[in-house]
Amino acid sequence: MTSNHHAFPGTPLSEDEFRQGKILFNHDRLNGNFAWDTGIAIGSYLAGLKEGYLSGSRCAHCRKVVIPPRVVCEWCFRPMDTYVRLGDTGTVNTFSLCYVTWDVQRIIDPEMPAVIEIDGASPGHGILHKLGEVDPQALHIGMRVRAVWKPAEQRTGAITDILYFKPTGEEETR
Amino acid sequence: MGMRKVAVVGAGMTKFVRRAQETAKELTWQASRMALQSCEMTMDDIEAVCLGTAPDAFDGIHMNGEYLSDGAGAWRKPYMRSYVGGGTGVFVPIQGWYHIASGLFDVVLVVAEEKMSSYYPHAQAAFLTIFDHTTERPLKPNLLWIFALEMNRYMSTYGISKADIARVSVLHKQNAADHPCALLGEANISVEDVLNSEVLAWPVQRYDVSPVSDGAVAVVLAAEHIAKRITDKPIWIEGVGWNLDTSYWTNKDLAYPRYVEYAARMAYEMAGIKEPRKEIHIAEPYDPFDYKALHHLEGLQLAERGKAVQLYIDGTAARDGNMPVCPSGGLLGVGNPIAAAGLMKIAELFWQLRGEAGARQVPGDPRRGIAQAWGDLMQVGTVVVMGR
Repeated sequence: MTSNHHAFPGTPLSEDEFRQGKILFNHDRLNGNFAWDTGIAIGSYLAGLKEGYLSGSRCAHCRKVVIPPRVVCEWCFRPMDTYVRLGDTGTVNTFSLCYVTWDVQRIIDPEMPAVIEIDGASPGHGILHKLGEVDPQALHIGMRVRAVWKPAEQRTGAITDILYFKPTGEEETR
Repeated sequence: MGMRKVAVVGAGMTKFVRRAQETAKELTWQASRMALQSCEMTMDDIEAVCLGTAPDAFDGIHMNGEYLSDGAGAWRKPYMRSYVGGGTGVFVPIQGWYHIASGLFDVVLVVAEEKMSSYYPHAQAAFLTIFDHTTERPLKPNLLWIFALEMNRYMSTYGISKADIARVSVLHKQNAADHPCALLGEANISVEDVLNSEVLAWPVQRYDVSPVSDGAVAVVLAAEHIAKRITDKPIWIEGVGWNLDTSYWTNKDLAYPRYVEYAARMAYEMAGIKEPRKEIHIAEPYDPFDYKALHHLEGLQLAERGKAVQLYIDGTAARDGNMPVCPSGGLLGVGNPIAAAGLMKIAELFWQLRGEAGARQVPGDPRRGIAQAWGDLMQVGTVVVMGR
């Protein structure tokens, strides 16, 4: 039908027309404030972070250890049996060098988000965090890293109790 | 299974633009009206309406489906809004399909709309709320992170170069130059232009990404006995599939979209397709980022894992190749008003299979096509197979 239809609806506006007030608009700011209960599984995860360790949960039926912990196993829908303490070391599964912030401000020194597979969790099970104290050019998939924690008295029971992960410098096996 | 045949009998769309003067309701109405006019129907002929629109956060309106209902002609009709993130645009016609396949309705209007420009200054910040509020959001992630992380994992797993992935962006933007509704059609773009564009979140650069847009698309679906009265060229929905992966996106294989495979297998089985690479003549995989088109072609079983880029290298994916990919121009070229972008792919297959795609027409009387969208937190695949 596009071959016999030449006029499509829709009127593009330029950003200038908008900024210069050539069209009318109504500006508003939404007010959204939330206090999220952490729940049982994530509550235990955050308590661990405050103590300075990472934790996961284990399903005896599926023989899987997942991080972050959860109350139900996604594979068998049985309850997760136990919460287990994991290492604070891991392997970089993937990473990015990000030159824009969450609100699209440009930055010179990149943020280095990564998925880090945590030692003690089942293979391929990682968390989102950031990398630091590493040359962006030297960063690679498979790099061994360790959590850098806030001092104990500053920890609040949040994922940001880990400042970032930095290279351990150990030999890599893959 | 006792399901009735369902055809697409009409389609309409607005231009995809960075900022539309029209409101979301107005865009919705314009696409709906054009779809109805294209098959000479009126709202009186429509028994039910399905609407797709992505997060309420873009519009800042809670229950956005109800808000948009007058533009979709839904008043005093059975009406339903569906939402599976970016997958919405190919899910909403599936919803329309089962309304009719089940025997409940004979004619359904399916419309998808997105107005992303209302979120000021940039819709990007609205995406922050897709991350887990306790374990991820305190890290101040942005949406580019997950794409960059997935792209890096995909490239590294299979050893694919940035220059080869850039071919996807080049082909789609070139194709879009022939689309009258396209926002970013560029006939003369080259791989170098992509590789020289601003680095946003390595490996993602500016030209690897589709633009946020405003726009709407609508299609009219009809049961077989109605479709054959309306048109000599009904385009049948031969198979549908959808599938969801885990919300714990850091716990899964980022190099391969298994949920797209499951959705595709569901659709292929319904359509009786045994060898998709031979039986699919046009592919419209979801391409919000260039590597995503490759990722999805592999999930759709249209290429071996890590080998989809070969389709672009050897010309198979070109408009005159053996299996054209995104002859519309895709999200990278036409634009990415989330839900509308997915339904645009359905409209494109409708036009292509009827031989009405104008300058974008794929040669050789294509008989069958597939459209796919993807979304939520890297986790949903929605697939529709269409044929004539």
